[in-house]
Amino acid sequence: MVKLVIDGKTVQAEEGKILLTVARENGIEIPTLCSHETLENTGACRLCVVEITKGKRKKIVTSCLYAAEDGIVVDTKSDRVLKVRRFVMQFLMARCPTSDVIRDMAANMGIAPETRFKPSEDGKTCIFCRLCVKACEDVVGVSALGFAFRGVDKALGTPYREPSPACIGCGSCAYICPTRQITMSSTENTRSICGKTFKMKACSVCGRYFAPEEQLAFISKKTGVDLEALSVCSSCR
Amino acid sequence: MNTENTMQDKVKEIVKKYKGDKSALVAILQDVQDEYRYLPKEALLTIHEQMDIPMARVYEVATFYDAFSLTPRGRFIIEVCTGTTCHVQGGMNLLDTFERSLRINCGETTEDGLFSVDRVGCLGCCSIAPVVRVNDTIHPQMTQDEIPRVLRTYMAKRYGR
Ligand code: FES
Ligand code: FES
Repeated sequence: MVKLVIDGKTVQAEEGKILLTVARENGIEIPTLCSHETLENTGACRLCVVEITKGKRKKIVTSCLYAAEDGIVVDTKSDRVLKVRRFVMQFLMARCPTSDVIRDMAANMGIAPETRFKPSEDGKTCIFCRLCVKACEDVVGVSALGFAFRGVDKALGTPYREPSPACIGCGSCAYICPTRQITMSSTENTRSICGKTFKMKACSVCGRYFAPEEQLAFISKKTGVDLEALSVCSSCR
Repeated sequence: MNTENTMQDKVKEIVKKYKGDKSALVAILQDVQDEYRYLPKEALLTIHEQMDIPMARVYEVATFYDAFSLTPRGRFIIEVCTGTTCHVQGGMNLLDTFERSLRINCGETTEDGLFSVDRVGCLGCCSIAPVVRVNDTIHPQMTQDEIPRVLRTYMAKRYGR
């Protein structure tokens, strides 16, 4: 256990625990976009910055990557932190002015929309945090998504922008996307995501369409559970 | 022989040369690029299957580096240096003349597949600026007047062998 001070409050934490988690456990809010409890943090959005004082030195760190240390003093709302965070927010606003998530966050910080930059024509709201790519690879285990090209041309998508044979239509990418760049649409018995349309399976008990057939086949193959047993929706099980 | 099969075999051979080592992906892609002067989709799919690397990852790497191309590149790749020194010595004018003579834009390939034009940063030989590199040959102190002659030499080479 280590002892540290966050926003004037002395708290105890396990050594090595991530600062962001420690702060949240103690009821201290830090804004984030790219941190999700099921995935390892990568520090992509830079919104979670805090200022730490260690001995005589002060520095700005990303709280989602910094491990708690004994004796440090953390300030999550110092003038310097707010300045840096505003800066980061302005960049995010310039990048995705059409994202309502980002706009709301910016408005909360009193940042007006940036008029110098035109919103990108395709209305992209991707902040390149890679959450969707990691969810698809690490959690689902199919790796249908990735980034292509780099610099100003960098874009999220499936290889060749074609429907991916690997995609099972689970919707994890759409679910985890912090800026709702990835969307999923459905009709009664189909679901469309990442340029691919899936047939939904009807529950063998109640007849409700509840999951893409390809996803059920994937789960069955991965877990060895009979496909029949998986054909019952969660409410009828 | 069916070209698809030969391409698959060729790529398999390259993968085997690196013993399927996943960390050798870039080297494997380089070999494929050398072989076909671009990375054909078929080749990327074969790499994905043979090496058990998700297609999305292979595609990420293939599109990340400028050295790789997803579309066929010319037999002669003209790289006009626009690094600081060459820029000052008129590298941009050379680029312009190449583009106009070949009727393509920088980054494109002529229809006959003979030439591609690219701009590159410093080639490391500023003392002989402005420099143009065609495949592995350096053309020092290039001038716009020389361009037609240089292009003709390479066109002749096509028939040469
Ligand atoms: S949450 Fe820490 S950088 Fe995004
Ligand atoms: S700038 Fe062209 S070789 Fe250095």
